[in-house]
Amino acid sequence: MNRKTVFYCAALFALVTGENIYAQIGEPYIHDPSTIMECEGKYYTFGTGGGGLISEDGYTWHSGGVRPGRGAAPDAVKIGDRYLVAYSATGGGLGGSHKGTVLTMWNKTLDPASPDFAYTDPVEVAHSEDNEDCDAIDAGLLLDPTDGRLWLSYGTYFGFIRLVELDPTTGARIPGNEPVDIAIDCEATDLIYRNGWYYLLGTHGTCCDGPNSTYNIVVGRSRKVTGPYLDNIGRDMLQGGGKMVIAAGHRKTGPGHFGRFIEEEGVEKMSCHFEADFDQGGRSVLAILPLLWKNDWPVAGEPFCEGTYEIESERRGYALELAVDFVRMEGGIHRFWEKSDEPLVPLKSQTLEDVVSTWPDGNINVRTGDYMFRPHQKWSVIAVPESGGYLGAPYYKILIEGTDRALAATAEKELITVPQFTGTDEQLWRIEQLTDGTYRIMPKNVPGCDRQLALISIGDSTPSLGEFDMESDNSKWNFRIR
Amino acid sequence: MNKIFYPVFMAFMAFNATSFLSEAETPKELTPYFSSPSSNTASPDTDGFIRRWLILEPIEKPNRSNTVFTDSYLRDAFYTEYFPEQFSVFPKHGDNVKVGKQKLKWHALDSNMFNVKLFRFATNMGKPYYGVLFWVVTAIDCEEDIPDIRLSAGSNSASMWWVNGKEAILLSGDRRMVKDDCLSKRLTLKKGRNIVRGAIINGPGMSDFCVRFLKEGGIPVDNIKISIK
Repeated sequence: MNRKTVFYCAALFALVTGENIYAQIGEPYIHDPSTIMECEGKYYTFGTGGGGLISEDGYTWHSGGVRPGRGAAPDAVKIGDRYLVAYSATGGGLGGSHKGTVLTMWNKTLDPASPDFAYTDPVEVAHSEDNEDCDAIDAGLLLDPTDGRLWLSYGTYFGFIRLVELDPTTGARIPGNEPVDIAIDCEATDLIYRNGWYYLLGTHGTCCDGPNSTYNIVVGRSRKVTGPYLDNIGRDMLQGGGKMVIAAGHRKTGPGHFGRFIEEEGVEKMSCHFEADFDQGGRSVLAILPLLWKNDWPVAGEPFCEGTYEIESERRGYALELAVDFVRMEGGIHRFWEKSDEPLVPLKSQTLEDVVSTWPDGNINVRTGDYMFRPHQKWSVIAVPESGGYLGAPYYKILIEGTDRALAATAEKELITVPQFTGTDEQLWRIEQLTDGTYRIMPKNVPGCDRQLALISIGDSTPSLGEFDMESDNSKWNFRIR
Repeated sequence: MNKIFYPVFMAFMAFNATSFLSEAETPKELTPYFSSPSSNTASPDTDGFIRRWLILEPIEKPNRSNTVFTDSYLRDAFYTEYFPEQFSVFPKHGDNVKVGKQKLKWHALDSNMFNVKLFRFATNMGKPYYGVLFWVVTAIDCEEDIPDIRLSAGSNSASMWWVNGKEAILLSGDRRMVKDDCLSKRLTLKKGRNIVRGAIINGPGMSDFCVRFLKEGGIPVDNIKISIK
């Protein structure tokens, strides 16, 4: 993400009051959420204490997920057409017993209403005794995409984080497999793989202390799944190393229990909980954020902030604008080659009132052009949570600042602005930060089109709708305040 | 162009009004920017750019600055009738039109570059080159309908482009010529003959354009023939 954009986004956030759009809505109350699974068009995550959350669209979450066994900090992975769920029976943790057990079980579906919904009997795959430097809870599963092998990490601050290998067909421990120590002083670990690197994500800081929880998620990486996992300064996670992925912010403390969700190439999300959402009474809540990759390190993106922006094409850097007459500003032109003793008088910025009478009343085309911070280039992006959402965020309307003129998709798979926002699907926009920090912008629906299209630059000065392509800057946009 | 040579050149061009010049016969004043077409049809170049055009000698349209080229100004300027059948005529090389007191001639030319250097066309013809309006036209012949493509244009300065009489692109403002600057909405080149017409306006400075058709994903359209007959 552009640093300047992040800065302004954060500054803007401080000014925003009202609805807490930077959190999942509904009843997203959970602790230690498992990696989000998509099953038959719905999203699922399970938490400590049994049960879990279900969402139809990825934005509004409700209880209803079913995971038997209670216990702590589950994780889930889809293998073939089945879901493997790992969870742990704890001996008490912290000041209690550290005799823990990790168990796995299968289900063909995660939908409790499905006739196929039935968990297999849980199988123990790892355990710890009180006299060990390990607490066998907090499962993390990785199905290695390079060779299909299945790995489980587990453990807490009480000693080592350990790695064992499971059989991906049975979910049981590979016979004879011995645990490998890969980190210390973590909780809620998770393993992921990308571009030749294995990443171990763990949670540091203080758990379970509401608004005072200092929980945060750190990462180390290794070329081998068995480690060593080193952080960005080369420190082994077995020596406490770890590079920050996400800390507290946006009136939420204590991010923990990382999970990765890949929508498609270039569009990734991370899930975690916040120990306390200040806007929801300090409850522990599910969070879904963009997952960015910077120099092959994962870092949490920022929640998209409502505000007024330049919408900049990554292709050439031109700004999305109404196709209207450019209204020149009077004054301020000096003979710069001559010395002047005139006093400096700041110029006023052009305002909407200065130009709006020159705009047509009906639909107006859009194009991209040199950004001049003029009214026809300033877009207010405002959440429309009552229109639902997608994984992690609500739909937005995109209006010319100070007006109700809305960006819309057309049946011809082109763009237009309509004079009045009416809330139809073609006027609602899905805004997702990509792994490189730029953004994808997609209409909720294109009339008469059954494909998902994105805002793309087909020419330097011409935007349109087309297939999203992560490999092309034509598909990418930035939201800037300047 | 050398002023003494110019009348001789024009007489020569008129004599050849209905025939194509061989490349060897291209008046050297047109080089290195243009050649005379040596065949009835041409293909787009390897990047799909259309290089064969009928170009009208520049209409005087005085403007001291290109900053006046707002959308409204351009619509007025481009939809003003300067000569009869301005939006329908498909002229022959050497045809004349009268615009006010100006007597202007159409020239059939191949650009030697991907872009068409209108400024050099004007200077080499000894014509006004600042504060001018150029009209260009070409024919695109297709063996079958080619749907869902776009006209792509870059121009210095502003310009408007029509395909089969329908406005396709307006490039407004004080603009530099950039490959694939502005694209039309999706359109269909129909089987048979299609007419592409352009108007390019310029105050001071360089003037040129580049035009091609693109498929989805920015792939050049190459299964077309370009004709000026």
